[in-house]
Amino acid sequence: MGKLISKIPDGPLATKWTKYKASVKLVNPANKKKLEIIVIGTGLSGASASSALGELGYSVKTFCYQDSPRRAHSVAAQGGINAAKNYQNDGDSTFRLFYDMIKGGDFRAREANVYRAAEVSNQVIDHFTALGVPFARDYGGTLDTRSFGGVQVSRTFYSKGQTGQQCLLGVYSSLNRQIKKGNVTMYPRREMLDLVLIEGKARGIIARNLLTGEIERHAAHAVVLATGGYGTIYFLSTLAVNSNASAAWKAHKKGAFFANPSFVQIHPTCVPQLNEFQSKLTLMSESLRNDGRVWVPKTKGDSRPANDIPEEERDYFLERRYPAFGNLVPRDVASRAAKERCDAGFGIGETGLAVNLDFRDSIKKQGKEAIENKYGNLFDMYKTITGIDSYEEPMRIYPAGHYTMGGLWVDYELMTTIPGLYAIGESNFSDHGANRLGASSLMQASGDGYFILPNTISNYLADEIRVPKIPTDKPEFAEAEKTVIERLNKFISIKGRKTAASFHKRLGKIMWDYCGMVRNEEGLNKALILIKDLRDEFWRDLNIPGEFAELNQELEKAGRVADYFELAELLVTDALNRKESCGAHFREEYQTPEGEALRNDEEFAYVAVWEYAGEGNPHNLHKEELKFEEVEMKVRSYK
Amino acid sequence: MKLTLKIWRQKNPKAKGNFETYIMDNVSPKMAFLEMLDALNKKLIEEHKDPVAFDNDCREGICGSCGMYINGHPHGPVPAITTCSLSMRYFKEGDTIWVEPWRAKPFPVIKDLIVDRSAFDKIQIAGGFISVNTGAAPEANSILIQKKKSDDAFDSAICIGCGACVAACKNASAMLFVSAKISQFALLPQGRVEARERVRTMVEKMDELGFGNCSNTGACEAECPKEIKLVNIARLYREYYKAF
Amino acid sequence: MSKVLFSSITKKFVMALAGLFLLTFLPLHLIINLMLLKSEPGPFNSAAHFMATFPLIKIMEIVLFGAILIHISWGIYLQIQNWFARPVGYVRYNKSETSFFSRFMIWTGAIILTFLILHWFNFYFIKLGIVKGNPEDFYSVAHSLFKIPAYDIIYLTCFALLGFHLYHAFYSAFQTIGLNHRIWSPVVKLVALVYAIILPAGFAFISVTLWLFR
Repeated sequence: MGKLISKIPDGPLATKWTKYKASVKLVNPANKKKLEIIVIGTGLSGASASSALGELGYSVKTFCYQDSPRRAHSVAAQGGINAAKNYQNDGDSTFRLFYDMIKGGDFRAREANVYRAAEVSNQVIDHFTALGVPFARDYGGTLDTRSFGGVQVSRTFYSKGQTGQQCLLGVYSSLNRQIKKGNVTMYPRREMLDLVLIEGKARGIIARNLLTGEIERHAAHAVVLATGGYGTIYFLSTLAVNSNASAAWKAHKKGAFFANPSFVQIHPTCVPQLNEFQSKLTLMSESLRNDGRVWVPKTKGDSRPANDIPEEERDYFLERRYPAFGNLVPRDVASRAAKERCDAGFGIGETGLAVNLDFRDSIKKQGKEAIENKYGNLFDMYKTITGIDSYEEPMRIYPAGHYTMGGLWVDYELMTTIPGLYAIGESNFSDHGANRLGASSLMQASGDGYFILPNTISNYLADEIRVPKIPTDKPEFAEAEKTVIERLNKFISIKGRKTAASFHKRLGKIMWDYCGMVRNEEGLNKALILIKDLRDEFWRDLNIPGEFAELNQELEKAGRVADYFELAELLVTDALNRKESCGAHFREEYQTPEGEALRNDEEFAYVAVWEYAGEGNPHNLHKEELKFEEVEMKVRSYK
Repeated sequence: MKLTLKIWRQKNPKAKGNFETYIMDNVSPKMAFLEMLDALNKKLIEEHKDPVAFDNDCREGICGSCGMYINGHPHGPVPAITTCSLSMRYFKEGDTIWVEPWRAKPFPVIKDLIVDRSAFDKIQIAGGFISVNTGAAPEANSILIQKKKSDDAFDSAICIGCGACVAACKNASAMLFVSAKISQFALLPQGRVEARERVRTMVEKMDELGFGNCSNTGACEAECPKEIKLVNIARLYREYYKAF
Repeated sequence: MSKVLFSSITKKFVMALAGLFLLTFLPLHLIINLMLLKSEPGPFNSAAHFMATFPLIKIMEIVLFGAILIHISWGIYLQIQNWFARPVGYVRYNKSETSFFSRFMIWTGAIILTFLILHWFNFYFIKLGIVKGNPEDFYSVAHSLFKIPAYDIIYLTCFALLGFHLYHAFYSAFQTIGLNHRIWSPVVKLVALVYAIILPAGFAFISVTLWLFR
């Protein structure tokens, strides 16, 4: 327990952040230039942190694995970004946004961090607007909002279905400005392969230049991880195919604790798998469930085209099971219900892993034009992918892995358990508890990067001003570099038969089947064995063509998959440990008679924080008790 | 389906490349184009051959990583999509598919179908931003913007920086790309303040990097996966003359 | 400032302005040429005389040649830049849906230039005294040239190509000077089409009439 000091300031929730900022240690402008900071990742959090730190005058070195910072996967977020502006006069406030997040996260997030995320949300919107992000506007010229994710207020700012792209291009532009000024040096097509610690502090990284294969050493006074989530552990997910957990995992193995790894959000409305080579699942906005009815045939294996199945032979299972909420039940409930039907053999399509989302009745009632106005771009997108015209026949949808609430444990200052190592955005655990509400990930990522980290990092760096530029010829760098090179050479030297992707796909299937939407002890235990077997097979039978010192995409994949094997074990272990159902984590053994999640606040109102204990040893569990000073823990109910 | 692929293979930037022919059996019309290449790569690796290198990431048409010149079209023959969103159902039994990397002097080939598009970043770094420091922004609703202008700015802002415009242009011109960013900021009051400086630095950088000139041919507009319009280029011209 | 003056866009702008100016000269030339259809040489020759001697026209002549020179030299310069911008081409010919004639501007332009030089040898250089002939009777020169079938064929071909060149040039110039409008641009395109047909057709009409019917 000793290592988990969350550094939450005293005082009432509403004044903690103000008080913190007023008392934090500062760095003299003249000293900032001498302090170097490494930022890994250029999504909303990484690029915003890089630019904000650059503006302050620090020397920032920013890394991304893509060819350009503009490609980070924040770009794919669709729905919007929340803020407590209360532009609609509908009673919104910082407290209400905070409360919605805490409750949506099923009371498994840290109160002070969540409140602060809500508190800076308004500044985020101001800043994006100033940067020229074209948010939707009303005819009077003011910003428009929409309601999202079942909350009772309209607080989501949006740019059609491309809010993530517009926000990311906003932070990309502010990053570019700092690159031009020379405050940020950009290193694209680099992958962080290890963290370097000197005297217990994060002092640099080992990176591979993905173009040349060259291994590089980069030193700094502090390292910031903005590396996103690990949803691709399921292989098929809504994430970019190259998204990975390797940087965070390397940091974990060097001493950064990992919190709540099993909290993974599965999104109910995604385009299902169409073929065995499918590489990703595309998300379709959950707003579709406002007018679409979800159903499967009443007869098992009914292979007739959907339109030929008469009304009385259709099972509208959400409406049947949840008469009050019907098709509008929350994400996790909708996902689990679809899975239940498909597992029972009622799924549609060749794979049997899909359900219908039918707009027939809405089109009949409201007219095709009304539906087109609301969802036109989504219908087009669906048609591009599948060739199916959803105005004529139902969409086929299935849940897919989407967002990981779990991540590296951080304190109030967003510092991990390694001094000088920070984790921001989706890569940390702190703000979403066991379930994330829609449109709050963009909000948190940009809040972390623009407004929180730049304030908290000075508290650490103020004591580092006497540390001169860190040389990369220190033995710690050499040691880390040696380990990295040995590992890469090992991948190549296995010379087996199977591709890295084939292992990834099989690992994903194990995770999806036993540690996905629904989990139980037996399945989780089985998963542990299967993961271990597959991992052994990986190290025996992996086939990596080509060489080390060249552009080698297979070698990149191998490293990421190898790390996923280790993370998968921890994820399953965490799911086993949490003997309750909360948010996205649903243990079959712990449910109400009606099939609802049954939380156990007596025993599990804590953050499960895992410490790496060396190769082959089980992780040590630390618990951060969750104390709620200003809210009362309640049962989420949808009935 | 059975398909013949003619794919550009080039070991490294300096190597002399050539087309290799691959026969793909059992291609499902439900596959995406990149998944078909994944299948090819799996086969190549299992035969201990070097897989085809290509950039890709989000695989849903928004990150702008992927880009191949397929049968004479950037991103293939279907309009308004990226390569990753191209479905194999648009091809038929026995088709021969030619796959080439983007070709332009500022986009040198790195390996196989991967090209270096850092020139685009350089143009953005030159001036594709509004100079406002974190924390200095005024209250968002204190800037009122006509809905039409804001919507137009959005339509220009959705450029994904894939490079298809340059690849399609007979002159390898980057005008559509540059004009999209110029337009976004030119239409918004926040961007007007430094409009002059922005258009000059961005055009200067574009010229310096060796892109060709615009002939108003319209290939860029025809191939842009996000349907960015030529009016943006006219606006870029206007902005440039204003900056004289 | 020099960076702005010699930027790609400034070059395009100057080229477009020069082109637009040339567009205004062609109708004037056509009107004078129509006088060739008259059976007596008087009106045409006096018009030609007027064009060769009136002071304002003399000034405009310099501007005209300046425009031609700039249009051609920047055209070639930009085209060379364009070729350099793609040192390695595609194997598969580009199939993008484009303004068709825009792909061949340098070639149609080059052929028109060749014709222009021929034209100068036949007429303009006589006036300048470089080539022997009677500058006061271009009527007869024209009539005898149009009686040569080979000349007529070259003439008609060149004017067809001029039409192609003009069609793209007309609306492209508007785009380049920044004039692109939701409603007016289609109108400009239509006017361009009409212009690109009527002007060459007018010249062709004169040529065919003199060749076959006189």
